[in-house]
Amino acid sequence: MIGEEAFRVLLVNLTNGKSEPVLFGDPSEMLGGSGLAADLFAVHGIVDAPADHPDQPLIFATGPLTAYFPLMSKVVLGFKSPYNGQYAESHAGGRLALALRFAGYDALVITGAARTPSCLIVGSRTIEIRDVHYLWGLDVLSTGKHLRRFCGREAGHRSILRIGPAGERGVAFASINVDTYRHFGRLGGGAVMGAKRLKGILVLGDGSSSLPKGNAYRDLYKRVYEKVTQTPAMKKYHDLGTAENMLVLNELRAVPWRNLQTTHDENVHRISGQRFAEELLLRKTACAACPVGCIHVGLLREKFAEQNEFLYRQVSYDHEPIFAAGSMLGVTSAGGVLALLDEMERQGVDAMSAGVALAWATEAFESGVVSDKETLVPLSFGGVETYREAVRHLGLRTNDFYRFLGQGTLTAATHYGGRDFACVLGQEMAGYATGEVFFASQAYGFRHSHLDSAGYSYDQKADSRKSEDAAAFLMEEERRRVQLTCMVSCLFARNVYSEDLLQECLASVGCPRLAESVVARSSEVQAKRWQLKFRTGYNPMDISIPKRFGEISTWKGEIDTVFMHEVASRYQHAVRKLVDARQSARSS
Amino acid sequence: MKILRATRMERCIGCYSCSLACARLLHQSLSWHRSGIRIRSAGGLSTGFEAQVCLGCDPAPCAHACPTEAFRQRKGGGVRVKRSVCIRCGECSRACPVNAIYMDAETGLPVVCIHCGRCTAFCPHECLEMIESAAGEDDDR
Repeated sequence: MIGEEAFRVLLVNLTNGKSEPVLFGDPSEMLGGSGLAADLFAVHGIVDAPADHPDQPLIFATGPLTAYFPLMSKVVLGFKSPYNGQYAESHAGGRLALALRFAGYDALVITGAARTPSCLIVGSRTIEIRDVHYLWGLDVLSTGKHLRRFCGREAGHRSILRIGPAGERGVAFASINVDTYRHFGRLGGGAVMGAKRLKGILVLGDGSSSLPKGNAYRDLYKRVYEKVTQTPAMKKYHDLGTAENMLVLNELRAVPWRNLQTTHDENVHRISGQRFAEELLLRKTACAACPVGCIHVGLLREKFAEQNEFLYRQVSYDHEPIFAAGSMLGVTSAGGVLALLDEMERQGVDAMSAGVALAWATEAFESGVVSDKETLVPLSFGGVETYREAVRHLGLRTNDFYRFLGQGTLTAATHYGGRDFACVLGQEMAGYATGEVFFASQAYGFRHSHLDSAGYSYDQKADSRKSEDAAAFLMEEERRRVQLTCMVSCLFARNVYSEDLLQECLASVGCPRLAESVVARSSEVQAKRWQLKFRTGYNPMDISIPKRFGEISTWKGEIDTVFMHEVASRYQHAVRKLVDARQSARSS
Repeated sequence: MKILRATRMERCIGCYSCSLACARLLHQSLSWHRSGIRIRSAGGLSTGFEAQVCLGCDPAPCAHACPTEAFRQRKGGGVRVKRSVCIRCGECSRACPVNAIYMDAETGLPVVCIHCGRCTAFCPHECLEMIESAAGEDDDR
């Protein structure tokens, strides 16, 4: 926080029920968000213990600009992933970033495991670990209803996190739901909460802090606010939202359909952003401190009995969930997509991972690799109702098949067969079949996320087909994004917050030294994160790009697997070089 | 004399830009609470938002309850605030029928909307507006 000589971190130990606010590091020298999370993991993480070890930390970190500027609205979660055993990050918005800021903490570190299912409540003058054994087993939405009764006077000025059955049962891609419509989705943060018997977290944003004197900060805030709200910079996100990608990518032959058996389908208009907006969009909502409001909430009306008996569901959607519960599963009704997303939400599984896992399971079932003895339901592309049942099996880990699948698609494919068509790039693929650079970037990226480094953008826009150019692009784009996730900005604001503007913002809130050195420091954080990933077991040799990715065609024609492997190799080499340079700089 | 009204809250997306503007511009603070307008969710995000803000009463029960002249009736509705004579008793907050006055736990002072309208420029969906008060022109200057 501004003017502080150290980060204020709350350490919560669930095993003994005691907490300790501590001072950590030097905010004038260290970046927050991704940087702070990595630094805290280096101290509190146990490199050689499994992800579900009770002493492993769950680290929620904010940054130097959190709440000070529009779209500085995200929190970085640093943890050891139950999916791959490696140091991982996941990011979420909602109200959590502001709630932590106003509670007075730069970061929250949770270690230990509670004796009984518990809810942690943290505020500026509150730390409480409350027994909620009666919520264990409840789905995410029901849990939210109960947790909202806690500290009701703070309604609207708090953030509520919770897990569902998948997190309780250790599904490796269990998510943490944040304020109903946002998530720490990927790589299994929900399972880490489950291992700690932590069903929910409430953060009360009930404190205040002072702002820099003079007009410079206020004037700059106004300028950024106007840039965000009055220029086309953010139009895409609050108009159709990222769901607009579906038509565009389909036209390019770059949408994964039916377990990536193809990249184009003429039924795309039935699940396009336009169709969602026309037929199902109920309203939009926002993360706290974001006037853009990109959260698109769809209204699904369902007749559940004769005589006009209806129920309704409110489900948020975006490009990625539509890909995962739509095209990838061959579901071509917008209502069907929302129904499936609702079930994933309830179970507390990451939508992208669950959708891709079930797409593999469907192809495995249809091709005879597994039978209904394993799948329990006759999976078929487009079968919404059977998928809803399958999602429940996945969340509840009903049998061995769903237990394997809940460890990740590749784990199941290794056991049953069908690795060639497992659409896994480090983790279940994202919704871009744009080509070689994206496939390499997700497979070998730090978070195995499409948001790591914009490989999909390189596929679409770059002229060069030189693998060294592609690898250099990925490394610099990753650094630029790390710079934002150290603040902690929403990555949708990446075209708003240029390097110059970030430096102005940092200087205006009293961090002139960070402003001057932000490029070098973000590069250092980039290296530090990779170093932690290697130390916790990452070995690029363990990663391969399954055959399916080389079998498709995009607007550019067939996938050039030679180029793809060259990019992958150069990218790994560049990462290794970055880590080695940091190691030798520290030892010299 | 104009007063602030949250007339189109059904458009609210819950970005809190109005609260943050009030805290920033009037109270030199970064805060959700220390703001004359506070946004609350009405039973979870799925049910929308409401604004906790002074309705501009005339006569104002909070001014009546104030034992000093820290809160005085503002012509056109609402109150004029003079912090230097506030004894932090909280009577104003208890008297407000719509819970629009927040007693700041850190300063002990009441925080209330003064109908300056600076928050309106920071609402992306025009939920807020300054409207002419039925009570007529201000002659309290």
